[in-house]
Amino acid sequence: MLTYLIKRILWMIPLLIGISLISFFIMHLAPGDITNNEASFNPKASEESRQKLRKLYNLDKPVIVQYGLWMKRMVKLDFGKSFASHQKPVFWQTADKDGNVTKGMIQEALPITLLINFISLLITLGLAIPLGVVAAQKNMGWQDKSITLFNFIGFSIPGFWLSLLLMYWLGVMNNWLPISGLHSINYETLDTWGKFKDSISHLIMPVLIPSITGLAGITLFVKNGMLDVFHQDYITTARAKGLKENTVVYTHALRNALLPLITIVGLSIPGLIGGSVIAETIFAIPGMGKLFFDAVLMRDFPVIMGILTIGSALTLIGNLVADIAYAWADPRVRRGVVR
Amino acid sequence: MKQSLIKNSLLSKALANPLAMAGFIIIVMVFLLALFAPIISPYDPNDINVKSILLEPSYGHWMGTDGLGRDVLSRMLHGGRVSLLVGLVAVGISTVIGIVLGAISGYYRGWIDTFIMRLVDVMLSIPSFFLILAVIAFLTPSIWNIMIVIGLTSWMGVTRLVRAEFLSMGGREFVLASRTLGAKDVRLIFIHLLPNTLTPIIVSSVLGVASAVLMESGLSFLGLGVQAPQASWGNILTDGKEYIQFAWWLSVFPGFAILITVLGYNLLGEGLRDALDPRSDSKK
Repeated sequence: MLTYLIKRILWMIPLLIGISLISFFIMHLAPGDITNNEASFNPKASEESRQKLRKLYNLDKPVIVQYGLWMKRMVKLDFGKSFASHQKPVFWQTADKDGNVTKGMIQEALPITLLINFISLLITLGLAIPLGVVAAQKNMGWQDKSITLFNFIGFSIPGFWLSLLLMYWLGVMNNWLPISGLHSINYETLDTWGKFKDSISHLIMPVLIPSITGLAGITLFVKNGMLDVFHQDYITTARAKGLKENTVVYTHALRNALLPLITIVGLSIPGLIGGSVIAETIFAIPGMGKLFFDAVLMRDFPVIMGILTIGSALTLIGNLVADIAYAWADPRVRRGVVR
Repeated sequence: MKQSLIKNSLLSKALANPLAMAGFIIIVMVFLLALFAPIISPYDPNDINVKSILLEPSYGHWMGTDGLGRDVLSRMLHGGRVSLLVGLVAVGISTVIGIVLGAISGYYRGWIDTFIMRLVDVMLSIPSFFLILAVIAFLTPSIWNIMIVIGLTSWMGVTRLVRAEFLSMGGREFVLASRTLGAKDVRLIFIHLLPNTLTPIIVSSVLGVASAVLMESGLSFLGLGVQAPQASWGNILTDGKEYIQFAWWLSVFPGFAILITVLGYNLLGEGLRDALDPRSDSKK
């Protein structure tokens, strides 16, 4: 188990290097750089000041050297400072000479995105597991058929369209929920309970929409897993020795059917992080997705690179955690029988 | 001849499945509407008319008009061409890349296989929407760049699929026999091995079109896809968001069109998969 773990962690290093190479070179393939954009906000910007900017960001050096300098800082988890937003640090807070702490952009944005995705993943699992079990138990019955139909629609519906419709229905037509931001304007004047209620009401739509669109895949997965398990001999044995159907389904079958779900949840992480771009842009949530989108519009190199790297690292960590959880949950893997 | 027989039986098997049949009909209809868009559109999709801004759906404008007084139905029909084109070309690109890399990987094995598989792992760990957004923003957003970028970032599934098929067929008698008879690598790959992997590739391509259509509409919605004045379902929805308080029709129709089209591809893809999967018969 320990060797497996060490191997698994060492394995992440070449992947991280590959990721950083791909993202770094993609940024440089494209024509145009930060100086065009930043200078264009200032009509007085001369060619000379553009050159200064280029020099400041090492854009005058060869790409290989730029990558080397960037890698050197990345090892120390220093992604530099944002080009566009007043020299804010990209990743983590820094203090200047006078001890004024400036918070990092990712430091501020990441917890928001993680919180939203975590809650919505919990909701997805909470709904998908029972739905999948029912669909498998009543295979080809009307319950299964309606769940299948629902799944197909869930697969196909554009999340941003669903967001727009719910925004219109819940926010505009009925005014039940706020349609943008994390807090209301009068947030600071509210008491603790008021602040709590305010935050929750802002989070409902951004949390529910990824749950609804993610539900289809997981439900189908649980259903197929259950169907596979139902054919196993030990389920026949359990039934044959007269156990109650519920015991067979929920204690014997479900446990095994849920095992591969651990991997699937791990694999869904890049999709969740990537998917946050549209949702956070629509609802004006200051998370990773919105930060990335704004950085892309501004061609804010350090932020784009930082988020690509952190997002990919999160994916790798998520997969690692999933693999460890799998090994922990499945005694066959734990004792090295399989793999 | 043999190939067309396989295809026919595959399609007819899939179409026996009512869901797949529904998907097939949807796609054919969307195709026809897009193909004949210039003929059946009641107005010029880019015709700005200040006298008819944000009109509700009516007999004159079935789907109303947008913020510049353009006829939404005409824009929807022309937007359909964009969605279908992007879906097909993007998947074409990713399928070709996937087949080539997967075939090399599964046929030659060894270090090249290791290298390609590691590349797949790396590509899969970068959140693909981030990658696509970054590339699109650095190139200028346009319909061609979208197709290329979606294609270049979604070949990993096909690569794995083709590689796995090649690996499993590598030691089979017909391969050994034809190699003994002196067949060259290229002939083995293209004449003997590849045709046997066609069916799973078709399934994954059909499902791939569905996600490419979704991706394009998302990018256009963010303003990083098809650029105005060219209509796409995604960028009509951008207007829909802007006028959400006044004009529900700008949000409802294009989103519904995306839903139906993507649903069509998903239904057909899953139907084909069921028809192919020998296990699916026993399950039902």
